[in-house]
Amino acid sequence: MTAAVLLPVGATFRAVAMTVVPETAALEPKEWEVLERGVEAALSQRPETMRRQLVLFLRVIEYLPLLSHRGRFSRLDLAARLAICRRLERSPRLLIRRGLWGLRTLIFMGYYGQPAVQGRLGYRAHPDGWSARRRGGEEAASDGAVPTDL
Amino acid sequence: METREYDIVVVGSGAGGGTMAAALAPMVSQGVRILVLEQGPRLDPHEFTGSEGDMAGALYEDQGGFLTADGTMTLAMGRLFGGSTVVYTGTSLVAPDHVIREWYVPGLEHADIEQRCRKYMAQNHVHYLPRVLLNDNNKLFFTGCHRLGLKAEQFPLNVHGCKGSSLCNLGCPNSAKMGTHRVQLPDAERQGVEVITRTEVIRLEEKAAVVRVHAKPPGAKGREPEWAPGEYRINARQVVSCAGSVGTSALLLRSAVTAGVPGLGRGFTCHPAQILVAEHDRDITNDVGHPKSYYLDRARQEGFVLETCMYFPFVTAKNLTGFGPDHSAFMTAFPRLQMILVLACDKAVPENRITVDKSGKAVVHYTFTPAVRRSMVAATRMSARIFFAAGAKRVHAPPADPCLIDRQDAYRLDDLILEEHFIPGRLSISAAHLMGGCGMGPPGKGVTDSRGRVYGVPWLRVADASLFPDSLEINPYLTIMALADRVAEGIREDYRR
Ligand SMILES: Cc1cc2nc3c(=O)[nH]c(=O)nc-3n(C[C@H](O)[C@H](O)[C@H](O)COP(=O)(O)OP(=O)(O)OC[C@H]3O[C@@H](n4cnc5c(N)ncnc54)[C@H](O)[C@@H]3O)c2cc1C
Ligand code: SF4
Repeated sequence: MTAAVLLPVGATFRAVAMTVVPETAALEPKEWEVLERGVEAALSQRPETMRRQLVLFLRVIEYLPLLSHRGRFSRLDLAARLAICRRLERSPRLLIRRGLWGLRTLIFMGYYGQPAVQGRLGYRAHPDGWSARRRGGEEAASDGAVPTDL
Repeated sequence: METREYDIVVVGSGAGGGTMAAALAPMVSQGVRILVLEQGPRLDPHEFTGSEGDMAGALYEDQGGFLTADGTMTLAMGRLFGGSTVVYTGTSLVAPDHVIREWYVPGLEHADIEQRCRKYMAQNHVHYLPRVLLNDNNKLFFTGCHRLGLKAEQFPLNVHGCKGSSLCNLGCPNSAKMGTHRVQLPDAERQGVEVITRTEVIRLEEKAAVVRVHAKPPGAKGREPEWAPGEYRINARQVVSCAGSVGTSALLLRSAVTAGVPGLGRGFTCHPAQILVAEHDRDITNDVGHPKSYYLDRARQEGFVLETCMYFPFVTAKNLTGFGPDHSAFMTAFPRLQMILVLACDKAVPENRITVDKSGKAVVHYTFTPAVRRSMVAATRMSARIFFAAGAKRVHAPPADPCLIDRQDAYRLDDLILEEHFIPGRLSISAAHLMGGCGMGPPGKGVTDSRGRVYGVPWLRVADASLFPDSLEINPYLTIMALADRVAEGIREDYRR
């Protein structure tokens, strides 16, 4: 296990996570653990160079706002953090855009990949499909719900 | 290294490899020893849980996160017993006549492909789902098209006992999808073809495959490998590579006996795809029911195809452009979301190709040509129109900035969805139809002939998606099966002589 990957940049990682998925600001310590465990597990399957690049990218994000915002990324408010991430997302340099895309993808995986979070979104896919819905008292296909000009 | 002897070795067990195994299987009764080598594991039916976090690592190469060389596109490849047919959606279309003609492969006729496709359609139980089993997500697409005067067509599907779980791309938890793991491979094994899993072909040598059998990692899904872990050299009179477009190209490129074959790795195409999402005012059935019932074919006119689709929360989150409160608002609207998959019909160009790095791992180079960018933008505009015509209140359009478009702006889609906003590295683009790398063609142009024989390497054939000299413009698995069937026929004829 590579728990050490996020450890040196933990505060920045959480600050980015709270920027890209604002709901994570309300996570309990145990829920953060689940999110970070998912991310660490994915990182452990990735080449060492990619893990190093991720840490470096998080460090850049942490110190980049010292010039523009006179503060480290993890100490800024949501609006400032969003503005910085949006700038990175639109950077003319592919490497930077890719870095942010990869980081947000990891965070989405750690958060939206959790069954509990999926349930909260209202995602209800079930191996039993229509019959699971019928058990819940719903019709197979809600024919009446779609417009009638088929 | 232990050495073993076989007559025919098949590399890979997906659409090509599974077809090959079953088509050659009758030869076993005549004493021909046939072995299929699959790098991924063999999963038992109960292991398909439908859980996103649980399945991606067990089913896909790089957990579904295989990136092109510049990191701007994710490529999806199944990596297990049954290959990508375990994770495909099962839409079953016959190759268009004009595409096969424009491939200009001497000896390859559309009628032959079509007749073989029909055979596999029957074998795989291909049919249309009854309307009562279609969900709102699909029906809204049809409605939107209908209101715009567009003709959406229903997909024939290869399912048997589908419960409508909507989980096809995580492997069917009900064994209802008729992939090679359900139909052709079990049939081949019953007839005596051996299939060994967790077995990676490292390189080819003259009439031989050098392989590594991997131990099952602790806690991983799937059975133990059939052979003891370790390295083996497998001698064979004939090797057939069915490791997929990327897998076969990489294998031949890292093998000294084939690395010099001209054109190897060239002609890669993949139908680059984007997932578009719209929000309705009310809940719709989207995460129940088969995910893919309709498509709109604009390949000839505008270079794209639209398909209905439905993805899981993480994949959806990843594919929405951006992040932050707007992104979250869309995610929390999950029960109200409608989705359309946009596929661009890309053309083979010299820049888009497969190479290998120093360790022999595949590297896929892909740039979005101006034609692909134009198609993606046109496809997004058309999808947005369909969403709004179906009653959506807002649409997420990646090549727009901002990418959320409300209903009141529906009249100015052409001003909002623009090529200048198609920014690789910002947008999420993925592909699941990986084609080319060992294209068929005349000597001097193709890597193989129309029967998959690699020029200059008489003991080696190819029988998978890498044979496509250019993109297919529709979902490819049936055409791959048809081509593999042709290659197998050639092998059987050679043995008869
Ligand atoms: C998510 C998804 C949905 C899809 N939906 C559809 C659909 O609805 N309709 C449709 O027509 N098509 C669909 N496709 C595409 C279709 O599944 C593929 O085009 C087709 O399966 C490719 O066949 P193939 O034989 O070339 O490769 P694959 O089916 O990918 O098989 C290649 C196999 O080779 C193995 N392999 C690779 N390298 C090695 C090696 N060195 N040693 C040993 N084994 C190796 C791999 O593990 C894999 O099992 C979908 C694909 C995906 C990923
Ligand atoms: S929708 Fe049907 S075929 Fe697809 S996974 Fe569910 S039961 Fe299987």
